[in-house]
Amino acid sequence: MTQPIIQVEQLSKAYRIGLEEKKSETLAGVIIQTLKSPFQNFKNISNLRDFRKEEESIFWALKDVSFEVNQGEVLGIIGHNGAGKSTLLKILSRITEPTSGRVRIHGRVSSLLEVGTGFHPDLSGRENIYLNGTILGMTKREIDSKLEEIIEFSGVSKYIDTPVKRYSSGMTVRLAFAVAAHLEPEILIIDEVLAVGDAEFQKKCLGKMKSVSKQGRTVIFVSHNLGAVRSLCTKGILLKAGTVIFNGNIQDTIQGYVSKKDRSLLHKGTIVEEMRTIHHGFAKVKQVILVDEYGNSREDFFYQEDISVSIKLEIIHEIADALLDIRIISEESVVIEHILNSILGGKPITLQPGSKEFLVKVKNRLAPGSYSINVGVHASAGNTLEYVEDVYSFTVLKASQEDELSYAHEFVDGYVHQKGEWQQLN
Amino acid sequence: MEAERYSITIEKKSNFQIVNLKEIVAYKDLLYFLSIRSIKARYAQSVLGIGWAVLQPLFTMLIFTIVFGGLAKINSEGVPYALFSFSGLVAWNYFSGALSDASNSLLSNTGMLSKVYFPRLVLPLSSLISKTIDFVIGLIVMALLMVGYKFMPTAQLLYFPFIVFLLLLASFGLSVLLAAWSVQFRDVKYALSFILQILMYAAPVVYPLSAVPEKYRLLYAINPMVGVVEGFRASILGVNSMPWRELGIGSITSLLALVFGLYIFSKLEKTFADVV
Repeated sequence: MTQPIIQVEQLSKAYRIGLEEKKSETLAGVIIQTLKSPFQNFKNISNLRDFRKEEESIFWALKDVSFEVNQGEVLGIIGHNGAGKSTLLKILSRITEPTSGRVRIHGRVSSLLEVGTGFHPDLSGRENIYLNGTILGMTKREIDSKLEEIIEFSGVSKYIDTPVKRYSSGMTVRLAFAVAAHLEPEILIIDEVLAVGDAEFQKKCLGKMKSVSKQGRTVIFVSHNLGAVRSLCTKGILLKAGTVIFNGNIQDTIQGYVSKKDRSLLHKGTIVEEMRTIHHGFAKVKQVILVDEYGNSREDFFYQEDISVSIKLEIIHEIADALLDIRIISEESVVIEHILNSILGGKPITLQPGSKEFLVKVKNRLAPGSYSINVGVHASAGNTLEYVEDVYSFTVLKASQEDELSYAHEFVDGYVHQKGEWQQLN
Repeated sequence: MEAERYSITIEKKSNFQIVNLKEIVAYKDLLYFLSIRSIKARYAQSVLGIGWAVLQPLFTMLIFTIVFGGLAKINSEGVPYALFSFSGLVAWNYFSGALSDASNSLLSNTGMLSKVYFPRLVLPLSSLISKTIDFVIGLIVMALLMVGYKFMPTAQLLYFPFIVFLLLLASFGLSVLLAAWSVQFRDVKYALSFILQILMYAAPVVYPLSAVPEKYRLLYAINPMVGVVEGFRASILGVNSMPWRELGIGSITSLLALVFGLYIFSKLEKTFADVV
């Protein structure tokens, strides 16, 4: 089998934003539109050369996307919200058609963009298995032969003849997934279905999906759960703003997706090696997190709410006269504040080998916006011994804990806010 | 090779597509279960259940018999008015029920439209099928009424299957058309209920065909249900002769509606998921 099982060639999908609204949704509107149409046509014709207007009203959800999938590959599609993942899956599942380009698929496709499509609350579990199964493209005979297995897998066999509306939501999801898990297509397209159910059940689903991919089936999988993507997929595609920006093995794709900022969110303040930009073997920053006045770790802070930085260090060799610093970094990588232990009367400290923990209270005068943190350990001579970058992302909100302190303006300027002492002199 | 059998190409389709019958056959099980679903769901958790399919037309007939037969003294061509109006109602109820159900079938299943691929035509088709249950029950009640009134059908009963075919044809074409339009124009949903009422009085349900002056008959027969309702009554009760001319004109309307409906449906079908 040298021929790819799925070939995607320059696939594009446009949605109309502006023009769509002009198209009326009511008959009366259409009548008015029809009456107005000679004027509209005239306007359109005189605007023929004005392409800008046209482009503004069109949104390209996908633009020139090409890739191939071979039989037996498990492809993970990742990207931020709005990158075009769902649109791509909808085209591959034939729910919506592309604006241009084409996809060739050689095999029977089942797509699972949701579990339990078509479930009816008044029908029994058994009846819904048949209904949902046929919606997903199974025949009655196929379902007949797998019915026992499906019921067994769902774990709701006791209630299989009870209307589904009496089920708990967990039971419904389990039943729905049980049906989906017993599809046997050559190509399976799955969107975020693992995001349902409890942890126990998710584990079961993941196991089922692993066994599906081991049977040589081709799977296309979209998920925000990078752990699941990493463990299931062999290849990956990274989408950004409707285009493929990376196509390769799954490890590299995830690496490309997880930018510095996301990485810090992903690791919740625990330092991973990529963050460590300087290391000389004297000290190791283990963890940096932001906490509120009650010691809870937080990623969002109110306007003017004080922030404490909790730093855990591992000192390997004694450092005499150590300087510790924290830098608060803007989204544009500008250093906004430099918080150094040795300024304004502060003194360098001597660090003995072992685990050390610091809590640094910081007065929060930051403008609303997103920021990140760098932490460094330096010798008093000024040479840096340990430096970690973008270890913790946080947001300062426009709202404050007390209403009158909230930031009241539409625009935000500057990085640091102060009221100033205002005196009128005339 | 098994896989080759399922090879597909996904690309922008031209506006004119012929309905893929093979695909609908492949999804016949879905059609079956969807029909079952709407039948079961319709009468779920009601005490009388399917009994409503008997009671509803019976009560309508009762009211018609009092108002039109008793008070307005409409000529029912020698047939007891109850039988006369019930025969009209059985055919009419199928048409109006199927039409309102089918035209709403896409909108009430938007979840399915936006999450799964299947031939969209299956949805209005399942409405047409699920409504045949009520139709069959209506026919049984009709038969019982005829026994009660000691009314014997004539040889014209032989035409009955043909009339049922024309009834399905009329319902199918318009259903498909309205279903496709209803996705884009919500007006269809609101307008349909009173248009159906107007259409009912524009068909010989409560009065006989002969009540319409001869010079208007050709125009009148454009409503496909004129020929069907009158033909239905003629074949079951056998009192008047079969209205062949009206059936002919009505069939042309039905066929045109079907062709146009399928054209519009296949043209709009691919945008359903984007519009709903």
